[in-house]
Amino acid sequence: MTDLVSKAPTDWALPDMQRRIAKRYAAERRFKALGAFSIILSAAFLAFLLIVMIGGGWGGFQRTVAPVEFDFPALTGGVQPDALSADKAEATLTSMDLPSVVEVAAMDAFPKADEILADSAWTEVRAALLDNPELVTQKAVIDLPVASEYDAAYKGKGDKEATAAVAALDGKLNSAFNWPFLSNSDATDPVAVGIWGALKGSLMTMVITLLIAFPIGVLSALYLEEYAPKNRWTDLIEVSINNLAAVPSIIFGLLGLVVFLEWFSMPRSAAIVGGLTLALMTMPVIVIAGRNAIKSVPPSIREAALGVGASPIQVVFHHVLPLALPGIMTGTIIGMARALGETAPLLMIGMRAFISDAPAGFSDAATVLPVQIYLWSDEVNASFVEKTNAAIIVLLIVLLSMNALAIYLRNRFETRW
Amino acid sequence: MTEATPQPKITARPKITARNVDVFYGEKQAIKDVSIDVTMDEVVAFIGPSGCGKSTFLRTLNRMNDTIPIAKTTGTIELDGHNIYAPTMDVVQLRARVGMVFQKPNPFPKSIYDNVAYGPRIHGLASSKSDMDEIVEQSLTRAGLWTEVKDRLSESGTAMSGGQQQRLCIARAIAVDPEVILMDEPCSALDPIATAKIEELIHELRGRYAIVIVTHNMQQAARVSQRTAFFHLGTLVEEGDTKDIFTNPREQRTKDYITGRYG
Repeated sequence: MTDLVSKAPTDWALPDMQRRIAKRYAAERRFKALGAFSIILSAAFLAFLLIVMIGGGWGGFQRTVAPVEFDFPALTGGVQPDALSADKAEATLTSMDLPSVVEVAAMDAFPKADEILADSAWTEVRAALLDNPELVTQKAVIDLPVASEYDAAYKGKGDKEATAAVAALDGKLNSAFNWPFLSNSDATDPVAVGIWGALKGSLMTMVITLLIAFPIGVLSALYLEEYAPKNRWTDLIEVSINNLAAVPSIIFGLLGLVVFLEWFSMPRSAAIVGGLTLALMTMPVIVIAGRNAIKSVPPSIREAALGVGASPIQVVFHHVLPLALPGIMTGTIIGMARALGETAPLLMIGMRAFISDAPAGFSDAATVLPVQIYLWSDEVNASFVEKTNAAIIVLLIVLLSMNALAIYLRNRFETRW
Repeated sequence: MTEATPQPKITARPKITARNVDVFYGEKQAIKDVSIDVTMDEVVAFIGPSGCGKSTFLRTLNRMNDTIPIAKTTGTIELDGHNIYAPTMDVVQLRARVGMVFQKPNPFPKSIYDNVAYGPRIHGLASSKSDMDEIVEQSLTRAGLWTEVKDRLSESGTAMSGGQQQRLCIARAIAVDPEVILMDEPCSALDPIATAKIEELIHELRGRYAIVIVTHNMQQAARVSQRTAFFHLGTLVEEGDTKDIFTNPREQRTKDYITGRYG
């Protein structure tokens, strides 16, 4: 053992000491620089993603329209508004032969109307007439969408022929916000596609997932933390849950396919099956987050409640659960956000079908946002590129809103000690 | 029982009678053959060095040790002549009758009012809102806190000072109208002024409730208690009138401890 007393006092000014200090400072600076670099790098990736998506997707929210003047009395031979009332509307509209009405009306301003206007343009006239039957006695200007090649050309991304044709039209075309994109569902014509069906399908799927995964997940977490004896079986369950959370999502899709479609004969492509499948995937995440949140409730609170004679279940529901809830909700929303972005398991249960109507109920065929994005990204028509990007923007907005909700809930309900 | 632990002196009909209590944590024996009585009209102090088992023994008196899965208690502990470890004993009711104040103030993160009202609410002790108001006021008054908090009952219990929090915890224990109050080092997290207030409070509560207090602080034991029990290595070494224990201990180990030889 060194005799500390007889040893010379430490000289803190020695060059060796100075070198050590300099080295320490250099290490600190290096670490800070590395940290800053990695933050900047990830921020740059994020910015790059957002810029590319918004740049590419903005066009999807814009559409090119041709203002066409309709002289309805002349074009339809004097159909009266009451012929368009609810029960007769269908027959009247069919007899009016709207596609040719559109062609005739557009002929004046747009000589090659049948080429320039989108095939589905007449459906907008039909919608306008149903919306306001009085229109049939008037002259009106209706903005009709142009075909996808001309739409691309107007946005400066078209081929030579279409660009020349658009230039020849001499500014008669306009750009307008693509409202139908938010209210339509999938279609074969990129001009007519919309995100609403997929968005609604996603929301319905999430509702099912939440209703199944949240209560089961939270109750499992409570039971495992508060009631279950600590033995080999609960250890095994804990390990299994952790493993379940790491299982690739497509395997849950296979499970859903076998269990829900094969055994229970539930409808294919339906939101309820998608929701159940995603619930299987989300549940372990909620259990893990819930157990951590429950663990972080100080034991002194449990003792305090037990000490005044609260029963175990009163301790759990009056004290532990309310204090753990912000953490549980944060974990749940993160799990839900993951489920919202999930594609693979839903492909397995048939949600990749072409579905042109928004689902009306939980057992109707539906699709979801990420699957819709996947399907559009697979399309040959170049006009789908901007629709794909636009759909990604919608998905990101939904995800960001969910995360914002998570932060809000955490701050709102968090107990300050 | 050895010569060293004579039969407890009976001054009145005992509220709590503990006989030959052993507590095991798994293989390890934390309490060895402890027998002691607690009567209604006195404050009993448990003293002893850290890890001597005094808190463990205290927690057997309202079965708080049940929450530790590996803890096992044998022997008999009777409250008013009924074995509290009997299968027929309702633990929830027992803990309402034998209240507890913990080492670290642990108010619920709720309002001051709700902290006090929680016990009466779950046991259905108040029949109306005004009844509850009365219980809350009375409990806070007995805990010496009413004048300080009567204008801010809706504020959070966790926003108060440590000493106030501990008195709130006492008020919370009183609110369910217990017969015995167990205090596990109630002043160890408090400053001297807050400690003095709690000690004063213990004086005032004496007689209404049987009080058992665990303390590290021998001066505190001398100040607040009528009877003192000295624990060492899981055994009850000596027990008797506080005066006798501090002035004239029978056991060498007790003498060594109270004179500061170890501990």
